[in-house]
Amino acid sequence: MSGLKVVRAGLFDTVQDLGRTGYMALGMPTAGAMDRIGLTLANALAGNPANTAGLEIGVMGPDLLVEAESVRLALVGPLSPSLIEGDDAPPRPIDSDRSHLLKRGQVLRVGMVEGSSTAYLAVAGGFDIQPFMGSLSTYARAGIGGLKGRKLAVDDVLPLKLDSAPAGEERKLGGPFDYGSGPIRVIWGPQDDYFSEAGRQTFVSAEYKVSKEADRMGIRFEGPAIEHSKGADIISDGIGPGAIQVPGAGLPIVLLADRQTVGGYSKIATVASVDLPRLGRLLPGRIVRFTAITVDEAESLRREQEARLQRAIAGLQVARPAGGIDLTRLYEENLIDGIVYEREAVR
Amino acid sequence: MSVRYLSCGDTAFSVEFGNEISPRINGQVMALHAAVGRARAEGGLAGLVETVPSMRALMVCYDPLSTTRRELEPQIDALIARGLATDAASRKVRIPCCYDDPDFAPDLAEVAERTKKTPEQVIAAHLGSAFKVYVLGFMPGLAYIAGLDPSLYLPRRAQPRVRLPRSTVAIAMDMTTIYPFESPGGWHLIGRTPLWMFDQRREQPVFLAPGDSLTFERISGAEYDAIAQKVEAGTLDWSLFCSDGPGPIGP
Repeated sequence: MSGLKVVRAGLFDTVQDLGRTGYMALGMPTAGAMDRIGLTLANALAGNPANTAGLEIGVMGPDLLVEAESVRLALVGPLSPSLIEGDDAPPRPIDSDRSHLLKRGQVLRVGMVEGSSTAYLAVAGGFDIQPFMGSLSTYARAGIGGLKGRKLAVDDVLPLKLDSAPAGEERKLGGPFDYGSGPIRVIWGPQDDYFSEAGRQTFVSAEYKVSKEADRMGIRFEGPAIEHSKGADIISDGIGPGAIQVPGAGLPIVLLADRQTVGGYSKIATVASVDLPRLGRLLPGRIVRFTAITVDEAESLRREQEARLQRAIAGLQVARPAGGIDLTRLYEENLIDGIVYEREAVR
Repeated sequence: MSVRYLSCGDTAFSVEFGNEISPRINGQVMALHAAVGRARAEGGLAGLVETVPSMRALMVCYDPLSTTRRELEPQIDALIARGLATDAASRKVRIPCCYDDPDFAPDLAEVAERTKKTPEQVIAAHLGSAFKVYVLGFMPGLAYIAGLDPSLYLPRRAQPRVRLPRSTVAIAMDMTTIYPFESPGGWHLIGRTPLWMFDQRREQPVFLAPGDSLTFERISGAEYDAIAQKVEAGTLDWSLFCSDGPGPIGP
């Protein structure tokens, strides 16, 4: 069987696609990629449809041994340099935001995720894993989906659909994708009427810090308390992606991919879907502000972002084959003497 | 019928039928959930992804790349205006439950004491309750099942347990539940069923669905063991415990 063998586990690496939709009525969280843009771009670089499952890399990536004839994989996200080892050559640093061709016996040492909480690895053809309820997304709290329902551990083998990489050139992003900056955009509701006017003002004017309690389920923020007017408890109702619930202590919690399907705290607002990928990348200690927009605005911002994403995919560029030397660039940079490793040539 | 539409961002909105827990309001929620399912089966409601029923509201999830809130809301309005059949046939589910093993029912004595009953009277009241599954949530397959005999009403435990076994039957407030996984929990544990509320090996892994009618049936320790063996082996005929009818609604 072809696969990628985990020779060293990362910190929290799980198989994720764009989520397990359709079963929330049965209490099933959607799970799925925290940053759908990152996964979509990784898949595009690997030549896959957007909803192919990839590996979501949390904080620190794994070391993966190629147990297949060859494999094309793509890394997307702010990683410290990853390395390819093997075939008697010195470890070779490789770039993110492009695809690479690896051969049997080579090891990919995925770097640390820096400046974000998530990065993505996609493999051409995808993983050969049976979907559970229509999805490969891992929901670790219930041991569901992905590889054995949990994060990767040493000696796991991620089975590959393809034993050798499809013919074709390696691709890279034309430039970094702009996730946007400025305040996180939210839409009031569903229970904004449970808060005082002063409470709503606090929420959209104060700075909030991402606490250490931030994971795939959600992010607990620190900052000024938001005042309720009708109390923190409601009759439990559905929780959409990005819902911001405010328990009795008044501090907001943004609920993300692994959120439960229903909950009993009042929800002051919901993060606009255009900004959910930013939330999926926030590291503890980061400061954010929130600003309110309308549903119409949020929908149209999301469509604009999707159009930009499709343009980024259409604008992927051919990258030099991994390990090859860019002669043009070499001459331009006047580095024709001595041994030049790819990394120097790329700079 | 007047409903409130509440924003849940730009990928969902909530249709709220009232602000109380009642069979009438939950019946309307479930009827709209079913009506949406039928409309989608007929190819309608493009862009709608799924609906999530809860006690008194239905959350409608949609893909903002395929539709908009402005397009969907009138379609939901039309379904409501057409009339919601709140007397829709529901599945009848029987849950075999063993109350007699002290390991299964560590809180039975305390519940009896606090409700001024004998343990046998507590069991009888639980068996005599006509339950209805209102909503699933908290974890996959965990059902909030309303209809508990009012004489058993107790608040949740002050100190939740960190770990309790799978398939524990518990009560709190006016509800009962069955834990689908080994998990923490703050309800009062009065029995255990050999059935699994969540089994990955089954085509439909979640046993209960919103809207199910449900009763408990008392079994002995020996009967418990016999059923448990079949559940573990994956050979149980689940239809013994569940009548035909509208089951879990998939995507």
